[in-house]
Amino acid sequence: MTLLEFQRRMAEDVSRPLTAGFMMQEVGPDGSSVAESVANYVKPNGRLSSFERLEIYNRQYWFRLIAAVSEDFPALNAMLGPKRFDELILNYLEENPSTSFNLRDLGAQLPSWLEDHPEFTGAHLDLAVDVARLEWAYIEAFDRAAMPPLDETDLAALQPTSVLALQPHLQLLALRYAAEKVVLAVHKNKPDVDIVSSAVIERKTSRQVRLPKPRRSLTYLVVHRYQNSVYYRRIDRGAFLLLSAIREGKPLAIVVDKAFCQSGLLPSARAKKIRQYFVHAAELGWLIANPA
Amino acid sequence: MPANRFNAFTDYGVGIGLRVPHYDHILSQKPVVDWFEIISENYMVGGGHALKVLDQILDQYRVVQHGVSMYFGSAQPLNREHLRRLKELTKRTNTPWLSDHLCWGSVDGRYTHDLLPLPYTFEAIRATAARIREVQDFLEIPIAVENVSSYAEFHESEMTEWEFLNEVVHAADCGILLDVNNIYVSSQNHGFDPMEYVNAVAPDRVAQIHIAGHSKFERYTLDTHDHPVLDPVWKLYARAIERVGPTATLLEWDDNIPTFDEVHAEALKANRYRPEGNADALPLPMEEREEVEA
Ligand SMILES: [Fe+2]
Repeated sequence: MTLLEFQRRMAEDVSRPLTAGFMMQEVGPDGSSVAESVANYVKPNGRLSSFERLEIYNRQYWFRLIAAVSEDFPALNAMLGPKRFDELILNYLEENPSTSFNLRDLGAQLPSWLEDHPEFTGAHLDLAVDVARLEWAYIEAFDRAAMPPLDETDLAALQPTSVLALQPHLQLLALRYAAEKVVLAVHKNKPDVDIVSSAVIERKTSRQVRLPKPRRSLTYLVVHRYQNSVYYRRIDRGAFLLLSAIREGKPLAIVVDKAFCQSGLLPSARAKKIRQYFVHAAELGWLIANPA
Repeated sequence: MPANRFNAFTDYGVGIGLRVPHYDHILSQKPVVDWFEIISENYMVGGGHALKVLDQILDQYRVVQHGVSMYFGSAQPLNREHLRRLKELTKRTNTPWLSDHLCWGSVDGRYTHDLLPLPYTFEAIRATAARIREVQDFLEIPIAVENVSSYAEFHESEMTEWEFLNEVVHAADCGILLDVNNIYVSSQNHGFDPMEYVNAVAPDRVAQIHIAGHSKFERYTLDTHDHPVLDPVWKLYARAIERVGPTATLLEWDDNIPTFDEVHAEALKANRYRPEGNADALPLPMEEREEVEA
């Protein structure tokens, strides 16, 4: 067996889904004996069989990954309850193994994955997806880069052909519910994940909180960082469309048009609105020079 | 060795791992600490609170980077983006040396986020040494590789773990981060004499030592970093210091983290085993130290 063959084989066993009782599966998906396959490369010792020795790694793999994703979605956890949430996370991880050296990135696909898996959320799919999107936006806003914002001189020099950009930490969300009410209700105490020891002994359980039940209503949010704290800020539809067009790299003339698509505002009112949007975005340091 | 080319000829004393629950205490109380070790991956982000705290710590303390995901023992090519971002961080911290583990943990672009043991083969020596050299060349700072604790042994292995470690660091011409707790944990799980391991390690390549606590279960011992250092580990530490001299030492405490003072007091017990250290002594304040430059 070459080193690469060895690593592929062991990685498959280490990441093999656990049984319902969180133990290593005895039979592989093809009906073969996992114990036999593991015994081919892992030595037993006086106290543990080859299977049991590898089971330590198999369980730790799942406990570590489940813990890491769970920490990033406390409100989704509180909303669905630990049993359904655990099942959701397990299924998510089985379909979305880590592809980044940084454990921080593990939950990135969860909101879009959840959208396609209503079986885990029951009747509350849209709200659950909104909550998940908001929780991931928090992670992004928390540690993505902040660039020097445009100042007044830069803004005064803008032309209809100018292309701007938004702060990398700024996240734009169009939600179907005021999901921030749910997220804010869940006590935020997100410790960083450190892995230095190679062990996770037990899964940590989270406690239940009483959650608000927001009504369905289109909600436009900016999630951004200001002086190292993350804020949720409601914006109107025009501001959302304008900021979205800036993010897409559109020149200002088009950005302004986009902000008022299907809007009944008179041209004079539009000019006033646009000024407001830009002053507001500039004050909060959201606008930066186009990095391209 | 106290100061050698694998730790950039520094002479660091006893430090502790920088952990989130201690941020406020450190920034507000400014305790005298010889040095901090950071987990590189926690600061390989674009911005925000963690980097701000790191910059404040860097203003006042000496910091060494320790990584958990370079996977020197992986059979596949290095992740260039990872390397590029790691180098960016080394420019920020000015870490005199950098450590990561003698292990693997990813294959075909999928990451286990675990420190998986290698089969101790000649092929693994070649592959691992080549990757370490590549990282060392790219980062342009000395690398120290850390022995991991393990729960499994493999039929493929052709030598002991300490023979493997010595062969790899010789072939890569790099340093060793000797984790005496990991040696102890593995010795319990695999039934070897941990003292034989400590006695075999190439003493002139030891750049740094790790101490930590572990947990003993009925049928195996786990490397949990959630306890004070246990007696058999102190014995190994004492022997390591006897062989390599008073080398930069760091206490790892990652779970059930007690107060800063408790962690620091536990780390300073290491001074009992260091020839020039008096028991539990605090290190010199920054301005009274003489830095040894490379
Ligand atoms: Fe260690």
